[in-house]
Amino acid sequence: MKETPLSNCERRFLLRAIEEKKRLDGRQTYDYRNIKISFGTDYGCCTVELGKTRVLGQVSCELVSPKLNRATEGILFFNLELSQMAAPAFEPGRQSDLLVKLNRLLERCLRNSKCIDTESLCVVAGEKVWQIRVDLHLLNHDGNIIDAASIAAIVALCHFRRPDVSVQGDEVTLYTLEERDPVPLSIHHMPICVSFAFFQQGTYLLVDPNEREERVMDGLLVIAMNKHREICTIQSSGGIMLLKDQVLRCSKIAGVKVAEITELIQKALANDQKVRKEGGKFGFAESIANQRITAFRMEKAPIDTSDVEEKAEEIISEAEPPSEVVSKPVLWTPGTAQIGEGIENSWGDLEDSEKEDEGGSDEAIILDSIKMDTGEVSNIGSQDAPIVLSDSEEEEMIILEPDKNPKKIRTQTISATQVKAPSKKPVKKRKKKRAAN
Amino acid sequence: MKQVLKESLPTNGDTSVLAGVYGPAEVKVSKEIFNKATLEVNLRPKIGLPGVAEKSRERLIRNTCEAVVLGALHPRTSITVVLQVVSDAGSLLACCLNAACMALVDAGVPMRALFCGVTCALDSDGTLLLDPTAKQEKEARAVLTFALDSVERKLLMSTTKGLYSDAELQQCLAAAQAASQHVFRFYRESLQRRYSKS
Repeated sequence: MKETPLSNCERRFLLRAIEEKKRLDGRQTYDYRNIKISFGTDYGCCTVELGKTRVLGQVSCELVSPKLNRATEGILFFNLELSQMAAPAFEPGRQSDLLVKLNRLLERCLRNSKCIDTESLCVVAGEKVWQIRVDLHLLNHDGNIIDAASIAAIVALCHFRRPDVSVQGDEVTLYTLEERDPVPLSIHHMPICVSFAFFQQGTYLLVDPNEREERVMDGLLVIAMNKHREICTIQSSGGIMLLKDQVLRCSKIAGVKVAEITELIQKALANDQKVRKEGGKFGFAESIANQRITAFRMEKAPIDTSDVEEKAEEIISEAEPPSEVVSKPVLWTPGTAQIGEGIENSWGDLEDSEKEDEGGSDEAIILDSIKMDTGEVSNIGSQDAPIVLSDSEEEEMIILEPDKNPKKIRTQTISATQVKAPSKKPVKKRKKKRAAN
Repeated sequence: MKQVLKESLPTNGDTSVLAGVYGPAEVKVSKEIFNKATLEVNLRPKIGLPGVAEKSRERLIRNTCEAVVLGALHPRTSITVVLQVVSDAGSLLACCLNAACMALVDAGVPMRALFCGVTCALDSDGTLLLDPTAKQEKEARAVLTFALDSVERKLLMSTTKGLYSDAELQQCLAAAQAASQHVFRFYRESLQRRYSKS
C-alpha cells in the first residue's frame, strides 16, 4: 500500500510547535517515551514497547562450522524485519532503503562493539562453533525503530540461554535442556542506541522522535553507547551540518539516557528470573492478560467427548460407502505401469472442430479411436507395448495407448450404459467428417 | 477507502499469534479481481525467513478466509491479513486461524460466518487429544487440524498429517465440533466485553 503523504498543515503545525518547545504528546525535549519490556516463555524471546513502537526479538542458536578465517570464533547473525503490520507501507517486497539502513546500524552497534564474546562460542576450534541468530520483528511503527530494536536485541541476548556443551578429548557432548541447565551467553557490555532528531537545520533537537516528528525532521543523529559511557557507534544522516559542541551535548544526553535504560533492563531481567525460579507462570499471556479491558482469557476447559464415538458411528453408517475405486497397478513393461484408467479424452472434440478439412486429425483422438469403423485399427498391439501406431493414414504419428478399454471412466458409479453413450458421440462426429471428406 | 489495522493476539496455552488486518484497501492492478476482494495472507515465523511451510499455511488460511469473507461487497479491493508468530508451543495453525478470524471481525470486514481452528492429535493407542502441545504433536501418530464455521459447525478446511482410519477421522471431527463451541463462546464473550467498554 502506498504511504499516505503528510499534509502541509500538519507539517507546519509540527514545526511551529517544535519551535515553541512543545511536542504533540506533551513530552519535554529530552524525554523518552515509556519503555516496557516483557518476556516470552522461551529463553531469548522478548518484546520491547517504546511508546507505541513495538519490537519482538528472538535469539536462537545452532552448531555450525566456523568461518575459514576465524576458526575459533562463533558467528553472530542479526536480522531486523519490518512486518507489514507495522505500517501499511511496509510491503514484503518493497522496503529496501530503510531496512538496509536499520540493519546495518544494528550490526555495527552490536557486532563491531564486541559486546558478545565470540571466543566463548567456540566448541571445537575449526570444526564446531555456535551460530547465534537474533531475529527482530517490528510489530508497530510509531517512530524511532532503531532505539527499540537495539534494546530488544540486547535484552533478548541477555535473556537467552544456550544448551550446555562439554568437550572431553575428542568427544563432544551436547546436553539437552532436561539434562543440564542451559548456559547464558557471555556479554561484556550493553550498547544501546539513542536517536536525536534535528529540525530547522540543526537549531532544534528532539530525543526519541515519534513517527510524525520523524517525517518532518531534517536529519537524525544516532549514538550507541553503553553504561560505561563508551561510544560504540555514531551515525549522522540526513545531511545536516552539526557543530562540535552540539555533538558533544548529544553524547552527554545519551550517556544519561543509556544509564536509565540499562537500569530498566537489569530490573526487567531480574524480575523475569525471579518469576521463573519461583515456578510462577511467565510468558506473554501473563503479561498482557489482566492489564487491558480488551484482553480476555478463558481457563483450560475440558471438553465432553463422551458422545463423540456414538456421533461418529452415526455419521459413518449414514454416509455412503466410498466408491470402490480399487485401482491396482498394472505393469506393462519393466518401467511402465498404469494405475486406474484415464478419463475420456476431450481434446478430440477440440481438434475435430478446429481442423475440419483434415481427416487425418482424428488420429490424435486417443481413447475413442478404437471403436471407429472407418477402417482404422487403433490396434493396441501387444499388451506389453504402450506405444502403438494408431492408424494407416498417418503412420508417423505415435500414440501412447494407456489401455485397451477406453470406455471405462474412472468414477465407476456410472453404469455401463451411460459410459457407452458419451463415447459414441465423438465417434459419430468423426464418421460424419469422414463422410464429408 | 478505509485502511484499518486491527490487532488480536489469541493465545492457546503458550502458542500465540499476532494478527493484523488491512482493508478493504487499494489493490495492485495485476492482482485485482473485478467482482470481489482479493484476500492476501502473510504469515511470518519467529525465527528465520518465511519458507515453504509458511506458504502452505498461508494458503490454507487464505482458502478458509475466502470461504467466509463476503468479497463481493468490495470488488477490486484487497484485504490483507498479516500474522506474526510470537511463540509456538503446538497447535500453531489453529491459533493462526483464530487470530485471523478475530482480526477480521475487529476490522469490520463483512463475513458470512465466523470460523475457528481446532487441532486434534491421535496417539499410538488411539487416544484423542484436543489442542495438543508441541511434545504431544511430535509423539502423535496423526495430527488433524480443522477449520469449522460458526453457523452450523460445518467443516471449512481440514489438513492432516499421519495415519488414521476413517472412523477415527469422524471421531476427531465430532470432537472438534464439540470443542468449537467453546471457542465460539470465547469469541462472543470477548467481543461483548470489547464493544461494551470502548
